[in-house]
Amino acid sequence: MIIGVLGFQGDIEEHIAATKEALKKLKIDGAVSVVKTADELGEVDALIVPGGESTVIGGLSLFNKSLSVIKERIKNGMPVLGTCAGMILLANRTYDRVVGEKKQPLLGVLNVLVERNSFGRQRESFEADLNVPLLGKQKFKGVFIRAPSVKEASQGVETLAKLDGEVVAVRQGNIVGTCFHPELSGDTRLHEYFVQMIKKH
Amino acid sequence: MISLVSSVEHPKGVLKESLKEIEVIRGTTLVKRGFAHMQKHGVIMDVTSVEQAQIAEEAGAVAVMVLDKLPYDVRKAGGIARTASLKVVEDVLNHVTIPVMAKCRIGHSGEANILEEAGVDMIDESEVLTPADEERHIWKWDYTTPFVNGGRDLGEALRRIEEGAAMVRTKGEPGTGNVAEAVKHIRLVNNQIGRIKFLYENGDNQELIREARELKVSYEIVAETGRLGRLPVVNFAAGGIATPADASLMMKLGCDGVFVGSGIFKAEDPMERAKAIVLATTFYDDAKIVSEAQKMVDERKSMMGLDAKTMEFRMQDRGTI
Repeated sequence: MIIGVLGFQGDIEEHIAATKEALKKLKIDGAVSVVKTADELGEVDALIVPGGESTVIGGLSLFNKSLSVIKERIKNGMPVLGTCAGMILLANRTYDRVVGEKKQPLLGVLNVLVERNSFGRQRESFEADLNVPLLGKQKFKGVFIRAPSVKEASQGVETLAKLDGEVVAVRQGNIVGTCFHPELSGDTRLHEYFVQMIKKH
Repeated sequence: MISLVSSVEHPKGVLKESLKEIEVIRGTTLVKRGFAHMQKHGVIMDVTSVEQAQIAEEAGAVAVMVLDKLPYDVRKAGGIARTASLKVVEDVLNHVTIPVMAKCRIGHSGEANILEEAGVDMIDESEVLTPADEERHIWKWDYTTPFVNGGRDLGEALRRIEEGAAMVRTKGEPGTGNVAEAVKHIRLVNNQIGRIKFLYENGDNQELIREARELKVSYEIVAETGRLGRLPVVNFAAGGIATPADASLMMKLGCDGVFVGSGIFKAEDPMERAKAIVLATTFYDDAKIVSEAQKMVDERKSMMGLDAKTMEFRMQDRGTI
């Protein structure tokens, strides 16, 4: 099993570390690699789109022509996990809470409307103990950094977690998106869930 | 997992708040340092107006840094350099979707309070502005907003982290368009970390304690630096970066990302240059893309630049304690 982490910008290294840890805990033989080019993308079984700035990651993947390759692979069933900016990129519609609609390159494979910077600016960023039923009874520490939220979701999009009434984690078939950063919390349960999803695929 | 070393107990900047159904905690070390981690592999650009901020965003900046004058102009104008007009800061906050940072004077908690109130995403306690306190920096644990600070060597960087900085950067020599000082600073930091890593791996506590005393920091942060083999927070290059090649050089030297001050908007081709620097930063290890990026800029349009060696006034010598 080879899991790629999209390596343009953002907290790439944290995802690599969390995924390696998850593989180790599950005793699954697998490799984690940084991918940027179409060739590199062709070699992975699954992809993680990290946190960072969605406008930057989107722009760079458009520049090196990997955006359409990723889109095609996800449509063909490749498992993908997007956290924060990564989830924004997966979405098919976005707007910013303050600035409003903004044209930005997206993968557009996840049928949701995402509000960017939904909880406010950095000063309003927070940690909170979330209920994520599919990860078990023990709460999951959600790290929300200028986080987005899911405002609308089409049929076929399953809610994985909510925070104060807002949808903050979703799954649509082979696509998982979270508004928070499981790679920063030191709890690898969400990465383990993703690895198991890849294994079943 | 992000290192939480040096976090103090019950800092004023950490705020608990009960929402309708859940309690949230703001301003924790994880949330502040985590923000810096989201900037990695990106370019943060100095801007003085909304128009420049929009150019930066369009070109692929990961964040913008608002200041009253670009470092080159601060140098030329002389006098006292203070934080930017709030009107400009607020204007930028309302017109770009990427994070907005702003500079305050070293030790000037009054300016920092104003910037936090305005809602900037990160505060740069910067040597580009005239220091307000020659002896101490701001105690950054008092703030919910994260801070970035400059350092010329490992001691400076670790001291700033102990004061609560969530991110550090090399000082370089701002406003010069000369990357030499930034290179000097990152090389020095790398060498110092190399030695500490060696001592840590050999379990040489006596020498680690000696290092901590020399660097004027705690043993704890020195040991953590040795364990990690890198700075415990995100570390960007800054001070004199003017071309795509400069950015790629700083990334090769191990920086997590790049600040560009005067280099973009003092050049005659800001949009193209900004885009090119973003490409050279992300793809620094791909020679083909870096040269493509370098081709996007014209050396005749680069800022003129100044040699830091012959300069009487050096911003990097400010706030070193």
